[in-house]
Amino acid sequence: MSKIRFSAVLVVLVLLTGILSAVHAQDDVFRVAAVAPSATTDLAFSQSMFDALTLIQAEMGEDMFQFDFQDGTFIVDDAAVALREWAASGEYDLVIAHGSQYGTIIQELAPEFPEVSFAWGTDVNTFGLPNVFAYTAAAEQGGFINGAVAASLTESNVIGVVGPIEVGDAKLYVDGFKVGVAFVNADINVLVTYIQSFSDVTLATEAANAHIANGADILTGSAQMVVGPIAVAVEEEALWFGTQSSQADLAATSGVLFQVYRWDVILNDMIASIQGGTLGGESYVLTLENGGLEMQISEAAEMEEEAMEVLQSTIEDYATQIVSGDIVILPEAEATPEPQATEEAGS
Amino acid sequence: MIEQILTASVFASTIRLATPYILAGLGETFSQRSGVLNLGVDGVMLMGAFFAFYTALITGSAVLGVIAALGVGLILGLATAFISVTLKAEQGISGIGIYLFGLGMSELLFQQWIGTPKSVTGFPDIFIPGLSDIEFLGIGEIFFQHNILVYVAFLLIPLSSFVLNHTTLGLMIRAVGQNPQAADAMGVNVTRVRYATVAFCGVMAALAGASLSIALLKVFQQNLTSGLGFIAVALVYFGRWRPYGILAGALLFSFVNAVQLQISAIGLDVPSEFAVMAPYVITIIALVFASKQTEKPTALTRPFERGE
Amino acid sequence: MTSQPHRLAWATALLYRAQGILPLAIALLLALIVASALLLALNASPIEAYSSMLRGAFGTENATAETLVKAIPILFVAIGICIAFRGGVTNIGGEGQMIAGAVAGITVTLALAQAPGIVIIPAAIVAAFVVGALYGGIAGFLKAYFNVNEILSTIMLNQVAVQLMNFLLNGPLLDPAEAGANHIPKTARIAEAAELPRLSFVLPEAVAGIFGTADLFGRTRLHYGLVLAVLLAALTYILLWRTIIGYRIRAVGESERAARYAGIHVKRYMVLSMMLAGGFAGLAGIVQVLGLQYRLQTDGSPAGFTGSAGFNGIVAALFGGLNPLGAVPAAIFFGGLLVGAQKMQRDLEVSASLITAINGLIVVFVVSSQIFTRRITRRQQAALRERPPIPEEASA
Repeated sequence: MSKIRFSAVLVVLVLLTGILSAVHAQDDVFRVAAVAPSATTDLAFSQSMFDALTLIQAEMGEDMFQFDFQDGTFIVDDAAVALREWAASGEYDLVIAHGSQYGTIIQELAPEFPEVSFAWGTDVNTFGLPNVFAYTAAAEQGGFINGAVAASLTESNVIGVVGPIEVGDAKLYVDGFKVGVAFVNADINVLVTYIQSFSDVTLATEAANAHIANGADILTGSAQMVVGPIAVAVEEEALWFGTQSSQADLAATSGVLFQVYRWDVILNDMIASIQGGTLGGESYVLTLENGGLEMQISEAAEMEEEAMEVLQSTIEDYATQIVSGDIVILPEAEATPEPQATEEAGS
Repeated sequence: MIEQILTASVFASTIRLATPYILAGLGETFSQRSGVLNLGVDGVMLMGAFFAFYTALITGSAVLGVIAALGVGLILGLATAFISVTLKAEQGISGIGIYLFGLGMSELLFQQWIGTPKSVTGFPDIFIPGLSDIEFLGIGEIFFQHNILVYVAFLLIPLSSFVLNHTTLGLMIRAVGQNPQAADAMGVNVTRVRYATVAFCGVMAALAGASLSIALLKVFQQNLTSGLGFIAVALVYFGRWRPYGILAGALLFSFVNAVQLQISAIGLDVPSEFAVMAPYVITIIALVFASKQTEKPTALTRPFERGE
Repeated sequence: MTSQPHRLAWATALLYRAQGILPLAIALLLALIVASALLLALNASPIEAYSSMLRGAFGTENATAETLVKAIPILFVAIGICIAFRGGVTNIGGEGQMIAGAVAGITVTLALAQAPGIVIIPAAIVAAFVVGALYGGIAGFLKAYFNVNEILSTIMLNQVAVQLMNFLLNGPLLDPAEAGANHIPKTARIAEAAELPRLSFVLPEAVAGIFGTADLFGRTRLHYGLVLAVLLAALTYILLWRTIIGYRIRAVGESERAARYAGIHVKRYMVLSMMLAGGFAGLAGIVQVLGLQYRLQTDGSPAGFTGSAGFNGIVAALFGGLNPLGAVPAAIFFGGLLVGAQKMQRDLEVSASLITAINGLIVVFVVSSQIFTRRITRRQQAALRERPPIPEEASA
């Protein structure tokens, strides 16, 4: 029935294929295309990358750096279509797959387009491919500092954590946080709930309410559904510690400290590598040491200047010890892996 | 152990969590009782949640927020009625269409008009004088320290039940859902009744959305409901199209959810996948053992054609 | 061979078909006009937007391939939905059944990693069908024997399936290479032998020039899942309308009471329809793994893996008139819509949410146009009764 009609349309459309040919753009502008699973305004993972690219554009100027960003691509196959199209167009100097679920796509796609540079995170695995960069964040480092500071501020000795799925940087952050708390005071009870979703705000909110009901006076959490727990913290006048992006505006006077992912630090390295002719083969880890992890004290928290200075120096103190290796947060098997530099790029 | 899990706050959490399911479920009950399946509830909830939130954010008034939600619910409800009743479109598909529209539109407006997650003051908890202090079994905390929309939701249950079972309007709605031809022959305006129930369903769904964005959560984010509206539709089947049945379903589902959150909060070693799964499994199992009598509206999803 | 009157009949038939799609075309146009208002409000040119959408869906060899790739799982689910809805059960559980099938299929695939593809692929496909069928069968069984409404149970079972998948991918099925605490929940990659082969068409030289390639779809992700899906659509058509089992399934769907009077074991057929629906959704799941993703991984939500094909399949089945053959173009249309919309998002740099809203509008408008299509068909049938009948092939 309508199959015949459809086939006809299909044939005509495919015929157009021959007429269209890709135009290869060659100029001095560095072009990046990135795909991310949630919204660029999620106050979390996707926003951290969008903010980094925006920052680089501001630094390099719009005539030198441009980027396309497809957000909300939680369907893995949709990301595959976008990544393939960008790679095939030949117009981009760097194609970023911002989400650990996209790893397999890059693994399959990169060998097909050896002239295009890819980056993906969060992981350190470049699959041994010469045109793939990998990046991740040592989230346990900021987690530790958040935990240690939280431990010094809690009065009830109960702290609540709301996490998504027990994997990746969310798990690292939570694990680091627990170690940080115990480092200061092993008697503090850290309540952890993984709600098995990155987006269910209602469940996250009630998880936070449960923590409050169990005596928590400080809350923290990772992923984009934390907007719910943050609202709980504000309402219940509990303190809030954040990660991934700054949530200072939303957390208002409840916000204390935020671990912010500064992807721009490593992106600048990647851009330099690509401009120097190296398309990949290296992995990067955001750390306190390389400035990729930035501890931001909430500007909305109405803290006295003196307290602010004390907090600032405490943070710096912990950071120094973490960087120097005096504080080992997690055993090697559980921590963020060391960045790999592939022994040799390609054969 | 048990007293650690079954705290008063867990029951209070149950009541809070049940509220959006009750509001959306009651609306869906009226719609289905008149023979129209409305699968777009989640989308309307999102639109209601957004407009309530936006209005409350710019005016500072939660009441105006509710009014805005009711307005947008009415508009979307009437649109749904036009599609399902007048144009007689396949109800399963049109519902999914409305869901997608609401999901996309609420997020788009959020990005355009607000941009980044913000919080609103919203409705405060109202402590019912005298009752909220009852310490016995934590009754005060469980039942009488909630925001206004929680009370509204629970008061609407007996009211809905009364309207459906003991009024002429209720009789007309049920007649239209059971046998529209006969109802038509008796002079009931089938189209008008269905328009009314579907519009009501839209209004209730939007109110359910508002109960999230300006009362329970006090924030808005894209896809705030995370499919909550679909669970509400499922609970209508659990409740077998009776308001008290919806109440039972919503309470059971929310109770298991509150318990599983408490279980992980106090650090009991249950894999969180299974904890999160529990409400869904237990709801199904409960229905297996529940009463077998069905009152499914016979004309559900069937458009009315006079003289068929 | 074609005689003159015969050819005329063909023309008439085509004309009738054209009349039949007129409301559809108008509805699409209206939806796009309404959507234009949204685009204009966002300072985006509607013409640019829609041409980008069309290009994204069918404009290049790769775009067409991606549209077909997107259509494959939707079609599998839709075939199953045709059976379920014809059999009177409303299956909203495609998402969960897809996951169940994918989990079973990948378990078998990984267990047989050393075997040749000719063994692994059929074994994985059978496992996915069987487990998908069993998972769907739960809802069918509960409906038939415990009067548990299947809409409720399938919505709930979707969530159960995704949590089970999360648990398995985070434990027993976790990729051994990901064993560290910092792992991503995913299985190991399947063996190369287990990959569904890519599908391409070698073109004769004369035609190759027109297409600009001698190996159509050669450098795309199109895979043999498409062939399997279309083949099964045809077989299901035969099952439903040419066999006694199909007759009984449909009889139960038309009227339970009448079917019972006719001596049909109603409950058994209810479970069977639901099992077949689950089985086909299971196939959708495993084909995504073997044909595209090469491993199973989760972001915690069902849609991350399924791409919502479990829901889109329902829409495609209903658009296709609950006929597996009609579901083929419907699934491709839907695939094109989804893939084209993504392209539009990239080209115009509009938000993903706008795309979702526009898709919603298109679904609503198109489904609302059915009433006019039905009217036209009815009028045509009335007219036909006064004319000589059109030969059978014309409508094939």
